[in-house]
Amino acid sequence: MTKVTMTVNGTAVSGEVEGRTLLVQFLREGLGLTGTHVGCDTSQCGACVVHVDGKAVKSCTAFALDLEGASVRTIEGMANADGTLGTLQQAFQDHHGLQCGFCTPGMVMTSAALLAENPKPTEAEVRDYLEGNICRCTGYHNIVKAVLAASGQDVSAVAAE
Amino acid sequence: MHNFEFVKPSTIAEAVKALAREDAQALAGGHTLMPTMKQRLAAPAVLVSLTGIPEMRGVCRNGDALEIGAATTHAEVAREAAAVYPALASLAGGIGDPAVRNRGTVGGSLANNDPAACYPAAALGSGATIVTNTREIAADDFFQGLFSTALDAGEIIISVRFPIPERGGYAKFEQPASRFALTGAFVAKFGSGVRVAITGAGEDGVFRWSEAEKALSATYAAGALASLTVSPDGLMGDLHGTPAYRANLVKVMTARAVRAS
Repeated sequence: MTKVTMTVNGTAVSGEVEGRTLLVQFLREGLGLTGTHVGCDTSQCGACVVHVDGKAVKSCTAFALDLEGASVRTIEGMANADGTLGTLQQAFQDHHGLQCGFCTPGMVMTSAALLAENPKPTEAEVRDYLEGNICRCTGYHNIVKAVLAASGQDVSAVAAE
Repeated sequence: MHNFEFVKPSTIAEAVKALAREDAQALAGGHTLMPTMKQRLAAPAVLVSLTGIPEMRGVCRNGDALEIGAATTHAEVAREAAAVYPALASLAGGIGDPAVRNRGTVGGSLANNDPAACYPAAALGSGATIVTNTREIAADDFFQGLFSTALDAGEIIISVRFPIPERGGYAKFEQPASRFALTGAFVAKFGSGVRVAITGAGEDGVFRWSEAEKALSATYAAGALASLTVSPDGLMGDLHGTPAYRANLVKVMTARAVRAS
């Protein structure tokens, strides 16, 4: 076992991990942050997306030890300081951007990375950026709508009903 | 996944030393190696991360070439090569998805030489030079069949030098589930002639389409390809496409790459 130290949602954390410990295992099993989900475990589905130093990363395909010293943000870090839902999370709720909710943590984290890079994306840009996030309820229209709404754009004409 | 010892050197010399250990394996972005290890198709004793070595990262213009550190991510290439070599930037920006592009590296892609990966087409199509810790290898000599390259055991790609063409383009017909190229064509027009590299189609991985190079060197236009035919012999066939289907795609994607350039 080797000690790993990183900053997760603004808090310095450390833990003992094996070489093979994935970032997502360290988050879920080491830190108890079970909001990040493991879907496919093969970097296809995007349920495990977190931010590493501000960039969207699939946490099932990164070793914890490779991210020594990194700053990680997970879905638990997306709420406002008073515990209310953040803008993007609230938009997912308002626009029914989730059904079973399993993909939602990854959808929110990838969407947050998009809005940080591109604050007013077009519908096509949202769909393109979410290419690596799969919703098996197939609720894509409302997810796209939620992301556009969170960016402050009018969504009344978006994603045909 | 079997356990292993993880090491992350900060210099090339330390990395070379670590890779000389028994059953040591280099790790870049890990988006091929890690799934392979999860399936226990690979079980290295020592894993040597190459992403913490500063001289292996970054994009810089070096005369008529763009030199890219081997551990530079696809996302960084997409952003930093955009002004100088847009075809290369567009290829990098079309690999996988945004999260994959934030981890995957050019050196990892070339060293892996997946027969459907995008970067081998850019390297072969540009006539790039692969710079390792011991030597420089021309792209024409580097790719040696499926998942096979000229790299010796323990040899590390440090950077890749891409000559910048007058015009260049990349077009891929994407396999929708994996986002790898079902067939992709990279075209680069230099003063000395045109190079065309095809990925995703050949049974032995990336290859140059010499008839198209000749035709495009004479007339650089998609129409110059009209009279050419591609033989399905030696092309891959699977549930996504037969060799004949891929043979047609070779021509279609090359024409699209020319139009995009």
